[in-house]
Amino acid sequence: MTANLRRRKLFSRLFEVLCALAVVIALIPLTMILFYVIKEGAGALNWDFFTKMPKPVGESGGGMANAIVGTLILISIAALFAVPVGGICGVHLAEYPSTKFSSVVRFAADVLNGVPSIVVGIFAYGLVVLPVKRFSALAGGVALGFLMIPIVVRTTEELLRLVPGGLREGALALGATRGRAVFGVIVPAALPGILTGILVALARVAGETAPLLFTALNNRFWSTNLTQPIASLTVQVYTYAQSPYDDWHRQAWAGAFLLVMMILALSIAARVAVRRLERMNRP
Amino acid sequence: MRRSSDDRKFRLGTGVFAALVLLIVIGIAVELTRQSTLSIAKFGLKFWTTSIWNPVSGDFGALPFIWGTLYSSILALLIATPIALGIAIFISELSPGKLRQPLAYLTDLLAAIPSIVYGLWGVFVLVPFVRKLEVVTPGALKTIPLFQGPPLGVGMLAAALILAVMVIPFTSSVAREILKNVPSAQREAAYALGATRWEAIKVAIGFGKSGIIGAVMLGFGRALGETIAVTMVIGNSPQVSASLFKPQYTMAAVIANEFTEAADELYLHALIEIGLLLFIITVGVNMISRLLIWSMKRRVAAPVITPIVPAEEALA
Amino acid sequence: MKWKSLVVFLFVALAACQPNESTTPTSGSSLTINGAGATFPYPIYSKWFDEYQKTHPNVRINYQSIGSGGGIKQLTEQTVFFGASDGPMTDAQLHAAHGAILHFPTVLGGVVPVYNVEGVTAPLRFSGSLLAGIYLGKVTKWNDPAIAKLNPGVKLPPNDIAVVHRSDGSGTTYIFCDFLSKVSSDFKQKVGVATSVSWPAGVGAKGNEGVSGLVRQTPGAIGYVELIYALQNKITFGDVQNSAGKFVTASLESVTAAAAGVTMPDDFRVSITNADGADAYPIASFTWMLLYQHPTDKARSAAMVDFLKWALSDGQKFAPGLGYAPLPQPVIAKEMQALANIQ
Repeated sequence: MTANLRRRKLFSRLFEVLCALAVVIALIPLTMILFYVIKEGAGALNWDFFTKMPKPVGESGGGMANAIVGTLILISIAALFAVPVGGICGVHLAEYPSTKFSSVVRFAADVLNGVPSIVVGIFAYGLVVLPVKRFSALAGGVALGFLMIPIVVRTTEELLRLVPGGLREGALALGATRGRAVFGVIVPAALPGILTGILVALARVAGETAPLLFTALNNRFWSTNLTQPIASLTVQVYTYAQSPYDDWHRQAWAGAFLLVMMILALSIAARVAVRRLERMNRP
Repeated sequence: MRRSSDDRKFRLGTGVFAALVLLIVIGIAVELTRQSTLSIAKFGLKFWTTSIWNPVSGDFGALPFIWGTLYSSILALLIATPIALGIAIFISELSPGKLRQPLAYLTDLLAAIPSIVYGLWGVFVLVPFVRKLEVVTPGALKTIPLFQGPPLGVGMLAAALILAVMVIPFTSSVAREILKNVPSAQREAAYALGATRWEAIKVAIGFGKSGIIGAVMLGFGRALGETIAVTMVIGNSPQVSASLFKPQYTMAAVIANEFTEAADELYLHALIEIGLLLFIITVGVNMISRLLIWSMKRRVAAPVITPIVPAEEALA
Repeated sequence: MKWKSLVVFLFVALAACQPNESTTPTSGSSLTINGAGATFPYPIYSKWFDEYQKTHPNVRINYQSIGSGGGIKQLTEQTVFFGASDGPMTDAQLHAAHGAILHFPTVLGGVVPVYNVEGVTAPLRFSGSLLAGIYLGKVTKWNDPAIAKLNPGVKLPPNDIAVVHRSDGSGTTYIFCDFLSKVSSDFKQKVGVATSVSWPAGVGAKGNEGVSGLVRQTPGAIGYVELIYALQNKITFGDVQNSAGKFVTASLESVTAAAAGVTMPDDFRVSITNADGADAYPIASFTWMLLYQHPTDKARSAAMVDFLKWALSDGQKFAPGLGYAPLPQPVIAKEMQALANIQ
C-alpha cells in the first residue's frame, strides 16, 4: 500500500468516525430532553391530572383535564377542515400533474408549508376572531388546519401517483367515470398511506402553541363549545412554565410528557401503517 | 359525450379545492399587507433599518428583530449543518442496514418534539448550562464583542443552540433523501477508480450538491420561523448586537409577545408588518430551497419524492 | 363584507347546536364570561372567580392574564366582555373604544423591586432615583456607590446588575414607570409612562411570572413584580424610599397608607404612586376592572355587576391572604353607586 493510499484511507476512516459522532451528538439532546420530560413529567402525572380542572393560583392540586380535551377537539377541527380540502386538492394535483394551474397550486402548498405558524395565527385571527369579536376553538382549529393542509396535499398527491396505472385504466375500461375511478378505486388503494400522512400532520399540529395564542386563547374551565375560547395542552404548558409556582411547573412537565407521548403514539401509528402498506404492495 | 362532461365536472370539482389552497396563501399575503398599511405608510423603507421600538412614542423600527432572526438562524445553521449532514451520510452510506431504520427514526423523533417542550427544556436545562458557560468564560475573552454581556443564560447563544437542535432533523432527513436518489452508478464509478469510502461519498455529495444546499436552506427556513422555543430563551430585548451572550429578539418572538397587547392601531400594524416581512423572507428561502432540490432531482431519471417533514420520509 | 357575514353565520349555527354549556348536571344553561388583562391581580381574580362560582355555579368567568395592554385592546375590540388593567386607560384609549368604558378599582397592590444578589439576605434599600438609574442603565454594578450609600454595612458584590423588565405590555410596568417618572425627570423623558415602553437596558420576561422566574434563576438580577409574586416565590425584595424620605417595606399596611390620603375622582382613574404620608409605600396602585357602560349583552352585564358587588364586599376578605390590600370603605361605597350606571 502506498503512502498516499494509506493517507487517503486514514482520512476516510476519520470522516466515517466524524459522521458517527454526528449521530451521537444529535442523539444527546434527544435523550436529554426525553429523559428530562419523563423524569419530571411521569412523576407528576396522576389521576387528578387527567380528571381535574386547573386550580386558582397558589392552591396546589388540580389538573389539565380541560386542556387535554381541548387539544383533542382542536386537532379534530383541524383534521375536519384540512383532510377534505387537502385531500381533494391532492387528488386534483395527482390527476392533472402537468397543468400550469397544478404547478401554481403545488407551489402554493409548498409556500404554505414554510409559513411560520405564528403568521398563520395572525391570519386566522383576522379571519375568524375579528369578524365575530370572539376568541374561539373554531379559530384555533382553523389555524391548525391551515398548517395541516400542505402536508395532506403533498402526501395525497405523492401516494396517488404511486398507485399503479393499471388500476385506473382497468376502472376506466370498465366504464367508470373519472370521479368514480379515482374516488372509488385509486384513493382506497392509496388510503393507508394517505391516513399515515394525516397522522403525521396531526402529530405536527398537536404540538403547536404560537397559532393558538390569539385564536383559541385559553380557558380555565371545561368547555366543548366551539364558539368559546378553549384550553389546550400546549398553551397551558406555556403559561404554567413561565409562572413562579412550583406546583404549576410540575404540571407543566406533566403536560409536556403527555404531549410527547401523544405525538410519539401518532408517529408510531404512522410508521406501523407504512409498514403494513409496504407489505400490502409488495407481492 | 357523457364521459367528457363527467370528466369536466371532476376536474372542476377537484379544482375548486385546489384553488382553495391557493386562495389561502394569497389570502395570507393580502391580509398581512392590508393590516400593516398604517405602518408601511408611516415608516416606509426606514422600518427595516431603524432600531427604535418605542410603543410610547409610536416609533417603530424592525432592525433589531431582523438582526436577531437572521443572526440566530445563521448561527443555528453553522452548528446544525455539519451535524445534520454527518447524520445523513452516516445513515444513508455508512451504517449497517439493520441500524438504518432505527437511527432514521430516532433523528426524526427530534422533529416530532413540540416546540413548547424544547422551550421547557431550554428554560430549565439549557439556560442554566449556558449561564455556567458564560460565568466561566475567561475575562480576557469577554472583552471581544462576541462574548460581551452579563451572564444571564438567556441570550443569543441559548437561542442558537436550541434552534440548531430543532433544525437538525429537517436538514438531515432531506439530505438523506437526496443521497438516496443519487444514482449508484456514480458511487460505483468512483469505487471502480479506486476511491476510498469517503471519496466515493464525496462524489455522491457532489452530484447531489444543489439538493443538499436545498436541504440546508430548508433548515434555515425552519429556524427563521421558530417562535415559542426561541422566545423562552432569547431574553426578548430588542438590540442589535454581535454578542452571543446578550439577550436579543426575533421577529416571531416579538409578535408572539406583543400581539395581544398592542393597543393602538399603529403598534398593531407595525407588528403585522414584521409578520409580513417574516412571511416574505421564509417564502423566499423556501422557494430557493425547493428550486435547488428540484433541479437536482431533475438530473435523476427515477421518480422521486420530496418529503415535507422528516417523518414523511418513511413513506418514500 | 361577505366573508364576515359567513363567519358570523357559522358561529350562530354552531352556537345553536352546542349543548347548553353547564358545569353541573342539574343546572340549566350557564354563562361563560370572557375577560382578559393584567397579570398583577391574577392571583386574587382567579381566587374570586373560583369562590364566586361556588355560590353561583352557572356563572363561569374565564380570565386570561395576557397583560394590561392586552386587556385594554381586547376590550376595545370587544373580543372579551371585561378587561382588567393596573394602569387606567388613557383618554385616547377611551376615545378609541366603541362605547363608554367605566373603571372599577378592585384591590390595592404594590410593586416591589426583587433581586437576587449573592450573600445579601436582608432587604436592600432603594431610592426612587436609584431605581431609575438602574433601569436607565446608568448604575451597572451592585457595589456602585449609590447603592452602598443607602445600604451602609451591607457587603455588596462587584457583579454586574442584570436588569429584568417586562417584555409584554403590563400595568405592573405602568405603575413602576409612573413612580420612576415622578422621581426622575430623566426617566420620564427617556422612557415615559405606559404599559409598554422602550427600555434602555435589560432583558424582557413575559408576565409577572416570567420576571420573578428569571430573577429567581439569575444571580445578580433585579426586576419589578407585584408584591404577591415576590411573596409566593420567596424572592427577596427591597425597601423603597417614599416621598417623606422614609424607607418603607411593601405590606398591606403601607399600601393602604398610600391610598388613604388620595381624593378619588368620579371616574376612579387616579395614581397613588409616590403618595404623601409618612408610612405610605411609594409604588402602590389600584387595579381596575373595565366594563362597558351600556353593553348589548344584558345577561352578562348583570352577572358581572353582581360579581363586582360581591367582590367589593365579600371578596375583599380574600385580599390580605394573597398579599393585596382591601379597598378603603369610602371607595367601595362610591363604586357601588357607580355600578348602578351600567345598563
